[in-house]
Amino acid sequence: MSTVIKTENLTYTYGLGTPFEKTAVKDVNIEIEEGELCGIIGHTGSGKSTLIQHLNGLIKPTSGHIYIDGLDIWDKAVKIRDIRFKVGLVFQYPEYQIFEDTVFKDIAFGPKNMGFSEDEVKRRVEESAEIVGLKPETLLRSPFELSGGQKRRVAIAGVMAMEPKILILDEPVAGLDPKGREKILAQIKRYRDQKNATVLLISHSMEDVARFTTKILVMEGGGVFCYDTPPKVFGRASELTAMGLAVPQITRVMNRLKAAGIELDGDIYTVEYAAKKINEYLLKHKSES
Amino acid sequence: MENIIEIKDVTFRYQSEEETSTSVNVLEHINLNIKKGEFVAVLGHNGSGKSTLAKLCNAILTPTSGVVKSYGYDTADEDKLFDIRRKIGMVFQNPDNQLVATVVEEDVAFGLENIGVPTDKMRVRVDEALKAVDMYEYRGHAPHKLSGGQKQRVAIAGIIAMKPECIVLDEPTAMLDPRGREEVINTVRMLNRDFGITIVLITHYMEEAAQADRIIVIDGGQVLLDGKPEDVFSKVTLLKSVGLDVPQVTELMFILHEQGLDTDTHIISEDMAAEALLKLLK
Repeated sequence: MSTVIKTENLTYTYGLGTPFEKTAVKDVNIEIEEGELCGIIGHTGSGKSTLIQHLNGLIKPTSGHIYIDGLDIWDKAVKIRDIRFKVGLVFQYPEYQIFEDTVFKDIAFGPKNMGFSEDEVKRRVEESAEIVGLKPETLLRSPFELSGGQKRRVAIAGVMAMEPKILILDEPVAGLDPKGREKILAQIKRYRDQKNATVLLISHSMEDVARFTTKILVMEGGGVFCYDTPPKVFGRASELTAMGLAVPQITRVMNRLKAAGIELDGDIYTVEYAAKKINEYLLKHKSES
Repeated sequence: MENIIEIKDVTFRYQSEEETSTSVNVLEHINLNIKKGEFVAVLGHNGSGKSTLAKLCNAILTPTSGVVKSYGYDTADEDKLFDIRRKIGMVFQNPDNQLVATVVEEDVAFGLENIGVPTDKMRVRVDEALKAVDMYEYRGHAPHKLSGGQKQRVAIAGIIAMKPECIVLDEPTAMLDPRGREEVINTVRMLNRDFGITIVLITHYMEEAAQADRIIVIDGGQVLLDGKPEDVFSKVTLLKSVGLDVPQVTELMFILHEQGLDTDTHIISEDMAAEALLKLLK
């Protein structure tokens, strides 16, 4: 696997030289491999949103470098427009950014701006609508008649239609019900699998992050606290809790069992895995006794 | 206990500009009572009608047919709007849409100014409200510099300064990080426990709903389940079929039970789960 995103001493200060000066991102060095499904967690104000806005050049760092596919995105030879096509960014509550009068036109906005032929635009719209589970007849409807969850999917499809190699989403499932969350997360995963893309997503739901990601980036005070696999990250329960985060409920219960002397081996952070480990434990102890 | 909100055979449909057959009933023939001092959580998938139900409680919306009585007042009676809203306060999802002033304490005082509370009394009530939500030390701060959880607590302070008897919260934690969620939920529980304020909490977080006295599940505009959290959450398959979920600990007990172990599926909290699992594994 090769590195697709790399930052080098990335620092960003808001309102530089004013009384409101605030360093939101401090000396961040990360390397994200191709194909990763990376969750970004951190409490409000930890720098998550500021960091991701650097990755497609919406914000220019105060100091440091960002490399996408090995290219320094602020190098004079690099066109930032190309970077924005390569790195798609979906903001929080993207359904508020929908403006066209049909779902088709809204999803087509991005690829059209990229200069593709009508046929290609059509192919991309249909394919991304399919990925997010929108029926073909929905494409002709006004996006404003749709439910909140459907509108959210239209907005996400609009970015997917640009077929970015790197898809970044800021809290894509905030405010949705459990099934809606599950669906959108599965669709994001599908995009990544179909397009061999890399996905970064910010979430406040530790349970979602635990189930859906391959790696987790933990931000704290503008810096990187750690970047590791879910079991390794959620193995640091007390540190996460101290910084205002949490571990999934199931992990908290398993930690209490551990404290009471019952050691189910392995770091447990999903319900299915917990059930499996409990059964294994019972089997082992039954055969012993 | 007396009923403070009585919903009788209520049907609600949003009126579209061109009244056509496409407008559907959001709520259909709902009957519900909320008792004084209860902590009720309302669950339902997006579009199930739960926010509509909340807005019917304090007359932001009035029923298409049927009657809602809040504190004995018919919510369709416009002369009683003021009385109803003095009794029932509402907190919404997005804290940024609810704060109006540039200083925290002025924001909390906003409602009091509107109802003409004298300055000296206002001072006392603002301070009390800010202390209740543990935001007193931030009284001189600018609201936009607070965290999401802090902003939401300021919004709650603005409501409790009005001394309501009931607070309806529509997904107050949807935009917050884990600590912010915990701060808000602890505040809500405290208001219920220590101040006897009736709470109606709409949420998508099952762990939050598990802390209520009673859970109402709305689906397809109707009441699907209404009962104690442990009873409601024990219906794992039914809840999942309507797009909802159960707390992780309940799901674990359910899976183990399906696999033939003798586990109680009425377990809804970490404490209960840890205890049950220790018994099982020791």
